[in-house]
Amino acid sequence: MAALTDLTLAEAAAGLAAGDFTSIELTDASLAAMEAGRALNAFITETPELARARAAESDARRGRGETRGPLDGVPVAIKDLFCTEGVLTTAGSHILDGFTPTYESTVSQNLRNAGAVMIGKTNLDEFAMGSSNATSYYGPVINPWRADDGKDRVPGGSSGGSASSVAARICFGATGTDTGGSIRQPGSFCGIVGMKPTYGRCSRWGIVAFASSLDQAGPMTRTVRDAALMLQGMAGHDPKDSTSTPVDLPDFAAALTGDIRGMKIGIPKEYRLDGMPEEIEALWRQGVEWLEAAGAETREVSLPHTKYALPTYYIIAPAEASSNLARYDGVRYGLRVPGDSLDEMYENTRGAGFGAEVRRRVLIGTYVLSAGYYDAYYIKAQRVRSLIARDFDRAFEEVDALLTPTAPSAAFALGEKMDDPIAMYLNDVFTVPSSLAGLPAISVPAGLSREGLPLGLQIITPAFDEERVFRVGEVLETASSFDTRLRGA
Amino acid sequence: MTYLIQGDRGDWEVVIGLEIHGQVVSKAKLFSGAATAFGADPNCQVSLVDAAMPGMLPVINEHCVEQAVRTGLGLKAEINLFSVFERKNYFYADLPQGYQISQYQHPIVGEGTVVLDMPDGSTREIGIERLHMEQDAGKSLHDQDPRRSFIDLNRTGVCLMEIVTKPDIRSPEEAGLFLRKLRSIMRYLGTCDGNMEEGSMRCDINVSVRSVGETELRTRAEVKNLNSVRFVMQAIEYEASRQVEAHDAGEEVVQETRLFDSARGTTRPMRAKEFAHDYRYFPDPDLLPLQLDQAFVDRIKAALPELPDDKKARFIREFGLSPYDAGVLVASRRVAEYFEAVAEGRDPKTAANWVITNLFGALNAKGLDISESPVSAAALGKLIDLIGKGTLSGRMAKEVFDAMLESGQDPEAIVAERGLEQISDSGAIEGIVDGLIADNPTQVEQYRAGNQKVIGWFVGQIMKATQGKANPQMVNKLLREKLGE
Repeated sequence: MAALTDLTLAEAAAGLAAGDFTSIELTDASLAAMEAGRALNAFITETPELARARAAESDARRGRGETRGPLDGVPVAIKDLFCTEGVLTTAGSHILDGFTPTYESTVSQNLRNAGAVMIGKTNLDEFAMGSSNATSYYGPVINPWRADDGKDRVPGGSSGGSASSVAARICFGATGTDTGGSIRQPGSFCGIVGMKPTYGRCSRWGIVAFASSLDQAGPMTRTVRDAALMLQGMAGHDPKDSTSTPVDLPDFAAALTGDIRGMKIGIPKEYRLDGMPEEIEALWRQGVEWLEAAGAETREVSLPHTKYALPTYYIIAPAEASSNLARYDGVRYGLRVPGDSLDEMYENTRGAGFGAEVRRRVLIGTYVLSAGYYDAYYIKAQRVRSLIARDFDRAFEEVDALLTPTAPSAAFALGEKMDDPIAMYLNDVFTVPSSLAGLPAISVPAGLSREGLPLGLQIITPAFDEERVFRVGEVLETASSFDTRLRGA
Repeated sequence: MTYLIQGDRGDWEVVIGLEIHGQVVSKAKLFSGAATAFGADPNCQVSLVDAAMPGMLPVINEHCVEQAVRTGLGLKAEINLFSVFERKNYFYADLPQGYQISQYQHPIVGEGTVVLDMPDGSTREIGIERLHMEQDAGKSLHDQDPRRSFIDLNRTGVCLMEIVTKPDIRSPEEAGLFLRKLRSIMRYLGTCDGNMEEGSMRCDINVSVRSVGETELRTRAEVKNLNSVRFVMQAIEYEASRQVEAHDAGEEVVQETRLFDSARGTTRPMRAKEFAHDYRYFPDPDLLPLQLDQAFVDRIKAALPELPDDKKARFIREFGLSPYDAGVLVASRRVAEYFEAVAEGRDPKTAANWVITNLFGALNAKGLDISESPVSAAALGKLIDLIGKGTLSGRMAKEVFDAMLESGQDPEAIVAERGLEQISDSGAIEGIVDGLIADNPTQVEQYRAGNQKVIGWFVGQIMKATQGKANPQMVNKLLREKLGE
């Protein structure tokens, strides 16, 4: 029998249900893998004692004949952007030094309620701002995939620790958050499934805010089915979040019928970028063929405002961030660097507490909201955002889902693009438009680059149609028969 | 009663607009469930949201929305079914979020009107520009320690209404009348207790002056954070004179924010640093726009109490009161209710007289509010009834009233205890009159000879014999009958 950690989440759930092993055994296997994988730097905080206690509770429940569903007793990791009761929560930032919340985010609470076992808090770009996990105060995360040249690769970001830990089979699933691609791009880089639900599907309560109108939690797993099961345990309306949408929660796994016959899939022509690597183009064409072979119709569609998505995103997200991060002032929690006046204390604290990328975005955001620039930047960006959303609405009058690459490249080497923010921002070119429109999307690993690194394809559907996202995603997964086992591992 | 300031080359008029911050009466804060009671120990009414802990989100308190709509309806204002909460960004130690959630471009209430009751009985309308909802900040305590400041977040997140008038006010007196009237309306509605000492109502004033006849507005100055009606009036007076002098001297009046020095009664400019903010307003992405349906507004409207203007009109119409008396009686809802209880089934004018002249006089002297009056409306009503029945004379009634104020007792009990009952028994008085006539033939002769004044001597004798309790009308009538025989 293979190692317990090689199981998918669904297989682990089935094994627990069948009594093949206990949650404690499963959890110990994960904790051992976490220890063995420390070189990845995927975790900021490990919570082995808490994990064993929750695993024991799960086993006890199961012993009494009670179970809370497929996640009960399954080890998962939580991105360190989710506040967790009694467990250090850092957002990857120095400024939250020593911050231990007295409360649990709604999403992580939902997972707890479903019986999931948290093994630790995963590393991330500082305040989820980044596409490489290199901006974390706690150091970069390493992608467990090895390229031919032997150089360490980034896991993508901002949910890099979650992606890396799932790919390295440390846990069966991890939570991520996606503001402009922070679940899907690391999913693509690490050869796992990353799913961003519709904005409003998961509560934002208790998640350290980056850009409130964009942030959305989602699952990161090794299979599409696992993502469906995990989202089931995360999502749901929450009256504590005014932007959480009061809609019913469908049975996501039930949507995995494998049948996409007659479905119309759109290929947005504006996503064909100049200078895009041929291997990305080739994978995309391959994706079209797979879906057609499964009985779907494909056609080209137009999303004419796509080229404005990145600049729009880099106005709106920093604007919101500049305001959301104002609360980190050294007065009530986290880091405080004293000064001779209140203003000096602010300057010292925020200067020492925020890294370069966060400072850059706070400055951009402050600038675009300031008197005299607000209309030209923020207001205009909001208008373009509406146009981008309308592009999708129109496309979805013709087609049921869209197929695109997830990212314009495979994982790059650690240290690359760090001094070129624009090149770094381009990583999100395929994920940002659907974020701006609030639409659900999934990245499914679909092939390898010439260097032997994973590449993902993305499926986007209309709002609150996660079922179709999963259904088409699973068809891609089946067709590609991508092997999530790390090469050489 | 135009308020004009004499300048070197002619008269100037004052143009005033007010911004009033009123704390909404609500058990919980605007976006969190924390309590709002005044006077709690520091930092005991602070939720995770108020303290701006990471990941916390605001959720609108529907009761506060209702209160704002109710106030808007009381100001006869347009209710905006669509309004937006925005973030006003600035750093301060008592502002945990680093921004205040407020309404900016789309307030919940638009234009309305407040009617002032002028002392001469006329009325004057002051336009309301808008009303919006916002969060209060916390309190910084700088006087507890020589080096450190302390922060109390109890107020943080409490719902305020900011009410902005049009520049329609023309004198310190009108400003005072406006504030009292606004407070009266909000107290009637139960939306703001208007207690300026506790800070539940604060006022900023915008003042400019212009030569009589000018139609354009000149540059204004703003004076912030005035916490009494008297200070508002003083600040306007000072500021208007200062500006007239500046204009006369050919100096520029700059648009600036000033602070009021209540000890000196003067204003001084704030340091530039104290107000040079770029607030970077933008719609709060944590909150959806506030959308009300008309039925919600209609439901609140249907349940509104009778407001001072309507009540005043009714008192004049139904009770025949003078506009002045009616105005005095409706200024407070509790006074109006007290008066109506006294007037119920009695002569309204007599009731009004007793309430305004005797009761108010006594309460003012004791520094009591109507709700603390030792004399209940029912007791005052009984006292008036005792006069009507002839049990008490007007003079005796005042004595009983004084006793009621002291003891809080019922008038009937006091009358019985002190044996104060007026003698209206004609038989008893007749006996005394007959005796006097028999014993004093000289005086009887004088009267019969045409000296009418001597009747006063007889009245005095009877009052002396009855310790003043004889019914004076009856005494007079009987004397004239008997002496005329």
